[in-house]
Amino acid sequence: MPFKSKASNTSTASAPLWLKILAYGGLVFLHFPIAVILLNAFLSSDGTLSANASWLSHFTLHWFSVAFAREDVISAILLSLKVASMATLLAILMGVMAAAALYKRNFFGKEAITAMLILPIALPGIITGIALLSAMSMLEISPSIWSIVVSHATFCVVMIYNNVIARFRRMPHNLVEASMDLGADGFTTFRYIVLPQLATALLAGALLAFALSFDELIVTIFTAGHEITLPIWLLNQLTRPRDAPITNVVAMMVMLITALPIIAAYYLTRGTETLEGSGK
Amino acid sequence: MTIAVEFSAVSRHYGDGKQIVRAVDNVSIAVAEGEFFSMLGPSGSGKTTCLRLIAGFEQPSTGSIHIFGKNATGSPPYEREVNTVFQDYALFPHMNVLDNVAYGLRVKGVQKSESYKRAEDALTLVALADYGLRKPSQLSGGQRQRVALARALVNKPRVLLLDEPLGALDLKLREQMQLELKTLHRKLGITFIYVTHDQSEALSMSDRVAVFNHGRIEQVDHPRQLYTEPKTSFVADFVGTANVVSGALALQITGNQQPFSIRPEHISILSNSNMANSGIPNVDTVQNQMMQIAGEVVDIQYHGATSKIEFDVHHDAFTQRLMMVLSNTEHTEAQLPQVKQKLMLCWPKSRMVMLETHGND
Amino acid sequence: MMQSVVSSLSTTNTSNKTLRWLANTLYRKDNLFLLLLLTPPLLWFGVVYLGSLFALLWQSFYTFDSFSMLVTPDLTLENYRSLFDATNFDIILRTLDMAVSVTIATALIGFPIAYYMTRYGSPAEKGFFYVAVILPMWASYIVKAYAWTVILSQQGVLYWCIHHLGLMSALNYILQIPNIGGNTLATSNIGRVIVFTYIWLPFMILPIQAALERVPSNLLQASADLGAKPAQTFRKILFPLVFPGVVAGSIFTFSLTLGDYIIPQLVGPSGLFIGTMVYTMQGSVGNIPLAAAFTVVPIILVSIYLAMAKRAGAFDAL
Repeated sequence: MPFKSKASNTSTASAPLWLKILAYGGLVFLHFPIAVILLNAFLSSDGTLSANASWLSHFTLHWFSVAFAREDVISAILLSLKVASMATLLAILMGVMAAAALYKRNFFGKEAITAMLILPIALPGIITGIALLSAMSMLEISPSIWSIVVSHATFCVVMIYNNVIARFRRMPHNLVEASMDLGADGFTTFRYIVLPQLATALLAGALLAFALSFDELIVTIFTAGHEITLPIWLLNQLTRPRDAPITNVVAMMVMLITALPIIAAYYLTRGTETLEGSGK
Repeated sequence: MTIAVEFSAVSRHYGDGKQIVRAVDNVSIAVAEGEFFSMLGPSGSGKTTCLRLIAGFEQPSTGSIHIFGKNATGSPPYEREVNTVFQDYALFPHMNVLDNVAYGLRVKGVQKSESYKRAEDALTLVALADYGLRKPSQLSGGQRQRVALARALVNKPRVLLLDEPLGALDLKLREQMQLELKTLHRKLGITFIYVTHDQSEALSMSDRVAVFNHGRIEQVDHPRQLYTEPKTSFVADFVGTANVVSGALALQITGNQQPFSIRPEHISILSNSNMANSGIPNVDTVQNQMMQIAGEVVDIQYHGATSKIEFDVHHDAFTQRLMMVLSNTEHTEAQLPQVKQKLMLCWPKSRMVMLETHGND
Repeated sequence: MMQSVVSSLSTTNTSNKTLRWLANTLYRKDNLFLLLLLTPPLLWFGVVYLGSLFALLWQSFYTFDSFSMLVTPDLTLENYRSLFDATNFDIILRTLDMAVSVTIATALIGFPIAYYMTRYGSPAEKGFFYVAVILPMWASYIVKAYAWTVILSQQGVLYWCIHHLGLMSALNYILQIPNIGGNTLATSNIGRVIVFTYIWLPFMILPIQAALERVPSNLLQASADLGAKPAQTFRKILFPLVFPGVVAGSIFTFSLTLGDYIIPQLVGPSGLFIGTMVYTMQGSVGNIPLAAAFTVVPIILVSIYLAMAKRAGAFDAL
């Protein structure tokens, strides 16, 4: 099984041309707006692609320096990084505990617990947002960075949980037994056998959670109060066309900060499938 | 004689209420120190669960387990003086071979240099001295198997548990490893408890074999006795091949309904004339305690050294199929009977083994 | 690396008797261990999160006094009844319309991509497609929405292209169609569908791709061997097997569109959506009870949709 690659599904016949055009056309559609953002970030003047502008003559890095001199930009970036890091850490803790508890044993209510973990991403974000906000106002907790962290961790847990439980299930259970058989107790086994097996899945999940939190907007608007995370900053910018060049630069950066962890996570989880040589 | 492992009325149940699965059902065994003891049975017969109970991966629902006189019931695997060679090896994929083998010593607090030295010795013992720095994924199946063996043996266990260790290997390699395991057992002098579903493997390697069926032990015996004197029809059938005759035909042959078994190699052709075509089985207790029966050949299979002949014995209401084996060195092709030919067959009464009647098989 | 890690362990392992005692206890009492593991997530999700949801639900029965603009805890069904008022019901229908259109559009665009990458892509091409699909999926939501406001604006690149291709009259014709069109692309329903479709498209592609990946190729060979032409194999074997994947993808596109409140503000005509309605009600108006009642609508719609999806076998395809 581990040696069999997914390529077995591929048929040898070549695709009809129309299908190829549709598929690659779809990819162009998916990347066109991203290209626009990237291009705009380097364009001078008002930053939009106007009908009579000659693009290449207007290439500039000027707006990067302007953007980074803006205090509101820097503080929004810092806040988002802080929130994403803390939400990820909390999610790792919760996600691993839940995965470790649920992967092997069957007990009453297990399905319900799994469903509960998925609920925050299954329900429209606005519901989670307004629910947490109204609960906070009932308990007279005022919004702060912590309320953002808690709300983000709530939907990040499932990222960790999904990745880790999948790895748990793929990890042959007899590795744990073998370790105990050789004299290691539960803690030692967890540190030297289980954790190294989970490492890449954990990292991948953490990267996804980080990216998810970093650009979350829907829930954050409700739980942020007066705090301004980077996505909120961007949303506010949309009503200020004057600042468009700075917005373009920041938009590109947000794109990069979320894209890099995603690519890394993809290669991390993909690599393990080919690495997994032993066992059955 | 010291007893290495002793089961006293051990049961292991899963589930509750209506859906109780009795994986191990009231098993009592005593394995002597230094013995090569096999647990044989089809899948789901409880043999692997028994092994896991000894290793400590599972705990008995009732009954107790003693390892070298010490009550091991309830103690975790890491506090037992036994080590396991797993069916699919369970090598730690993120460690190299040497770290895998040294792991047991390291977690018990043996100094680093000392444990690596002993790990290297263990690898030498299984002829893998130069493979220490490889990852398990870079080894062949047979090599992984040896690493698993070295990893268990380096801890100097008093009992080595082997869970179908050769199951994943191809035939030639399996035969070679059987020999090596026997040699290793003689050399180390420790107790081996060996789980397998392969009866020929169990017979050829073991000092004693326990035959499992439906969570119970059918018979514990030396290989030779197991084959020549099976106590139950399950054992007769599972260990080697046997014709198990029961019911009306048994009544006709022996005069009572108690089932008996007769090995195919003990049946011979009395005459291949068509003297028995009256259709009625002709069972006699004449001349030299030989049993006689008429049958019709259904199929002849060539197996190299032997030929297997299946024949039907017709009776008023039913037909029972029996099997016999003829040596190809003593019979030329021309001497073998033909399909549909009617034969007179016989076997010595002394070769018949009377079987216990069991409730559930 | 492993050597140094293991060497640190020899001391901790032998000296720390309490830790071993704890390990033994947890090993013997695995229910206790399970409870310890589960308690923090259960407190978080069962108490904090579900608690908030139920609190919200409970508030949907409160009374909002539109004169004093105050919420009083007098229980009433009035909020739910008012969902069926013409204006409110319009909002629901408008949102539902959009969710269905977006779902159909993503399925139509997404299927060929997924089909091409799994059936015809070389392993390298497949990896390329996969990354090319997950990258936009994870790229910042707000940035993507922002990009489209730039693209769709009258000074934007799309108008520029259409202008230079001489298709302005065609565009104007399309924009004049009632319900679909609008004054400009950015304020038309068609613009809104494009943006929604763009943003949720990867959520449709991935489940279809996964479902396609799971179809054993020997089934298709068997079908061909039994005399089916490629089109017949597709219709009779492949599509029925992959359909649950399409439904699984549609769960995302449907429910994500249903709950969104940012894109309707940025692109398209002015009518309210469920999301924007909830946002306005709880924010500027302060009518939390009606906002809460409105949040129940997507929950119910999504539940109905999930029930139908389950019957289509979509959960096995997730």
